[in-house]
Amino acid sequence: MLRDAVLVAGKDLRIEGRSRIATNQVAPFAVLILVLFAFALDADRGLLTRAAAGLFWVAVLFSTVLAVQRSQALESSDGARQALRLSGLDPAGIFLGKAAAVAVQLLALQVLLGIGVVVLYGAGPSGALLLVVTALAATAGLAAAGSLYAVLAAGLRARETLLPLLLLPVLAPVLIGATRAFEAALEGAPGMGWDWVRLLGVFAVVYVAFGTLAYGSLLEDA
Amino acid sequence: MAPAVRLRAAVCLLGTYPALAGVDLSVEEGEVVLLRGPNGAGKTTLLRVLAGLLPVVDGECEVLGHDLRRDPRSVRSQVGLLGHATFLYDELTVAENARFWARAAKRTSADAHAALDRLGVEPRLHGVPVARLSAGQRRRVAIAVVAARQPRLWLLDEPHAGLDASGRDLLDGLVRDAAAAGGTVLFASHELDRSTALADRVVTLAGGVVRHGGAAPAARATEVVHAP
Repeated sequence: MLRDAVLVAGKDLRIEGRSRIATNQVAPFAVLILVLFAFALDADRGLLTRAAAGLFWVAVLFSTVLAVQRSQALESSDGARQALRLSGLDPAGIFLGKAAAVAVQLLALQVLLGIGVVVLYGAGPSGALLLVVTALAATAGLAAAGSLYAVLAAGLRARETLLPLLLLPVLAPVLIGATRAFEAALEGAPGMGWDWVRLLGVFAVVYVAFGTLAYGSLLEDA
Repeated sequence: MAPAVRLRAAVCLLGTYPALAGVDLSVEEGEVVLLRGPNGAGKTTLLRVLAGLLPVVDGECEVLGHDLRRDPRSVRSQVGLLGHATFLYDELTVAENARFWARAAKRTSADAHAALDRLGVEPRLHGVPVARLSAGQRRRVAIAVVAARQPRLWLLDEPHAGLDASGRDLLDGLVRDAAAAGGTVLFASHELDRSTALADRVVTLAGGVVRHGGAAPAARATEVVHAP
């Protein structure tokens, strides 16, 4: 299973590296969200700083939708999804590979957005350990749930518009948990953030486990 | 020895339309079988059923000793399907595509490169993204990907389409070698002269059922397909 996951993740990341959609479209989109919030709330710079954590994760959330849509779109070209079913690859490995590739892209995006939050919102980086662990746990949950719902929507006719409707409510706990943990870190009270990190960890474990079990059946119907 | 393929009254629905309406077919290991028939006869559907991609809702369907209705996944890893789609990723190079699908089938990179050489894919093309290939080159790579899997059952849908003369000769040689090594080949084609010469047997489909099956030379001379 892990061998197959590495194979699929390597393939997806190589394709993303070549197509540059993540760097030329998803990343600018996420930065644009930060900039638009900065324009909208600039009159009260204190509010921007206080809301920095939430705005950061809203940008990540919307970018997740784009990233998992793109991840599934790779498999819709020229019958690739059928080929995956025929390939002999373990469906759990395919799921883990695709989720891992999305996670890598999201982590890279978060580094970029982190710089944006410091520059645009004036949020000072503090509580580095809590920030990093929160980002890792939240990203694992976002990538796992996103990959699962993306393959669920892949067989639907209106998948592009339906996926955000299905996915965003599911990801709401990640938005809340990651925002609270980031706020705790940025306010210099990391102790309050670890409970939220545990919630994020549970979310990630549940969706990784569920995806590992269910992805094969969902791929059959996609 | 059990046949490589055994269908009895197999039914496959596409929505509510019976694309296969009770197919009876038996194919021995090592046989090369040509599927022919008019458009909409059920040839492509039959190949996709045998690959385990479409479900049989009624009847019996055994492929390589596995009951397709119960266990389609066990069949898939032993099948090589060449469909109308090439199953290639545009952004990856020829070699990367071939290596990925070979390794997915638990084969090696050497198998992938050997298959590309066998299909006459020039080494200068190995580093070229598939998106930049011509349709014929792309088709050759797709056949090489199937060959690299070293399947026990080859399912080829219009395999000669888009290939030039040398490509067609290479494909025919590949099919003959696969059969000589014990592999079973079912292929659908409208190119009757070349395909009939390649096949051990011709099976004619029409209206989702088998209308006729016989030895290749006799079939060429006498077969008539009647629409239902």
